[in-house]
Amino acid sequence: MKKICFVLAMLLLLALPMTGCARDYSKEITVCNWGDYIDMETVKAFEKETGIKVNYVTVQSNEELYSKMKMGGVSYDVIFPSDYMVGRMVEEGMIQKLDFANIPNFDEYIDEGLRNPEYDPQNEYSVPYAWGTVGLIYNKTMVDEPVTSWSILWDEKYKGQILMFDNSRDAIGIALKKLGYSYNTTDETQLREALDELKKQKPLVQAWVMDQVFNKMESGEAAIAPYYTGDYFLMLENNEDLEVVIPEEGSNYYVDAMCVPSTARNKEGAELFIDYMTRPENIAKNVEYISYSSPSEEARDLMDPEVADRPICYPTTEEMKQYEVYLNLPYDTRMLYNELWVELFAN
Amino acid sequence: MKKLTRFAWPYGGWMMLFVIVPLLIVVWFAFTNGAGDFTLDNFISMKSYGKVFGRSFGLAIITTVICLVLGYPLAYIMSKLPPKKQGVFVLLTMLPMWMNFLLRTYAWLTILENTGLLNRLLGALGLPLLHIINTPAAVALGMIYNYLPFMVLPIYTALTKMDHSLIEAARDLGCSSRQVFVKVVLPLSLPGVISGITMVFVPGVSTFVISKLLGGGTSMMVGDLIDIQFLGGAYNPNLGAAISLVMMIVIFLFMGIMQRFDDEKGVK
Repeated sequence: MKKICFVLAMLLLLALPMTGCARDYSKEITVCNWGDYIDMETVKAFEKETGIKVNYVTVQSNEELYSKMKMGGVSYDVIFPSDYMVGRMVEEGMIQKLDFANIPNFDEYIDEGLRNPEYDPQNEYSVPYAWGTVGLIYNKTMVDEPVTSWSILWDEKYKGQILMFDNSRDAIGIALKKLGYSYNTTDETQLREALDELKKQKPLVQAWVMDQVFNKMESGEAAIAPYYTGDYFLMLENNEDLEVVIPEEGSNYYVDAMCVPSTARNKEGAELFIDYMTRPENIAKNVEYISYSSPSEEARDLMDPEVADRPICYPTTEEMKQYEVYLNLPYDTRMLYNELWVELFAN
Repeated sequence: MKKLTRFAWPYGGWMMLFVIVPLLIVVWFAFTNGAGDFTLDNFISMKSYGKVFGRSFGLAIITTVICLVLGYPLAYIMSKLPPKKQGVFVLLTMLPMWMNFLLRTYAWLTILENTGLLNRLLGALGLPLLHIINTPAAVALGMIYNYLPFMVLPIYTALTKMDHSLIEAARDLGCSSRQVFVKVVLPLSLPGVISGITMVFVPGVSTFVISKLLGGGTSMMVGDLIDIQFLGGAYNPNLGAAISLVMMIVIFLFMGIMQRFDDEKGVK
């Protein structure tokens, strides 16, 4: 008994410092972004201008961000989820409504086309940070036929030279598009068909990768990889033989948006940060750095024309029709995705 | 004596908070669903991952056997060296561990890739190329490389701690070198072998990342399966906890068996 009392006392003692001193959070914010997805100069400039200290952390994927927030123990003030994840976080109450009076640059500069998106219909929760498309990147010296379709990823000729996305949404999405279905289908038969496609493709695939795609495409280790077109331009700097196309079946376009989690400790600071990053000169700096597409015309005008006028980054309204955005899927479909994804690799 | 136990209390509290409580949370998650209701579904749904478990155990066993075959002679040779050289060899064995294992695994990636260092060398020499990357063999290689020191060091320690008068006695009594090794050295070094096997097999069976990097996603292991339940595409901490729990029980049983083996040898 005495022992138990002692253990409890120890636990209390350990818990004390956690509650004891209230920290003043008004002069700091925690920003959680994707790796290498911002020009750190803009963050430093923000700190200097506002006197708010930025704790900068990164995660690898929307799913990792979601898991970390869901499990608790972390507190972010600004996060950069993609479209479908914004929708899901709104649905689950994980992010809060923004006070747009504190973010005047949104009204001022963000393009009309990116306002009130499907994932945030009233535009209450998110401010676009950058957007982009998924393309098919290939090495001209290794692929000599014209690449027009996702089906080249199923071509026996390129066995062992094909890379695939290492996340369920993008990988299953490609199979869905190849079959002519929507990215946002909730139909189990269609999703099972997509899985069968991926199973057929499995022997041809060299590896399922995310950021390793850079190394493998730049060194010529692999010939074809679907990936984010913005990143193609970074690869091109290290390997001039690379080319990118948008397959004729259509592709995905995505928006990464800035949001404030419900558990944020410094909402005003977070909004100040979002507003700062929405100034055209800062959008221009960041978009130039990451090579994605700018959410603001004004920012595009400030950018290096070579970056600002890449046709593949800024499709025309007509071209835009072949792109489909990912929507938040219902719970059952998400569970099915998980199940299918594990099934693909477990066997 | 009683007074001294008081010094163990801080550690007791620590263990309570960071070992026992988290374990209970794992058990809680394993037996509940997303809504927090009691369920056994997590365990039932695990039957579809038989292949993943099989692959994990297979690779861990292969790794352990190869580590033992490579590690024992190395440890034996090291223990026979003059003391100064022994120090150098122990240092060399541990040296790679000073660097993060992720970095070292990345290094293997650049060595083993089809256009990697090894194949460029083979190509330059006009030899046939080696296609090992993204196969279970590459994963096994990465695991053997990473875990070899954990086999060598305990065996080496057991061999050096051995009472040499026993070997001399065996010699005096007319044992050949081979007999000395089989009847004296080997049995006396068994505790080291057993802790070596445990220290390679246990982390081996729950390996992740190595299989991801060198196996390219073709050889999913239990560690990867658990990983994707928490941080990957399939967010399902309940299933992840259930798999972890099963793994823990399996490893616990394994260690129990090894322990018993160890005790028996010790008594003899």
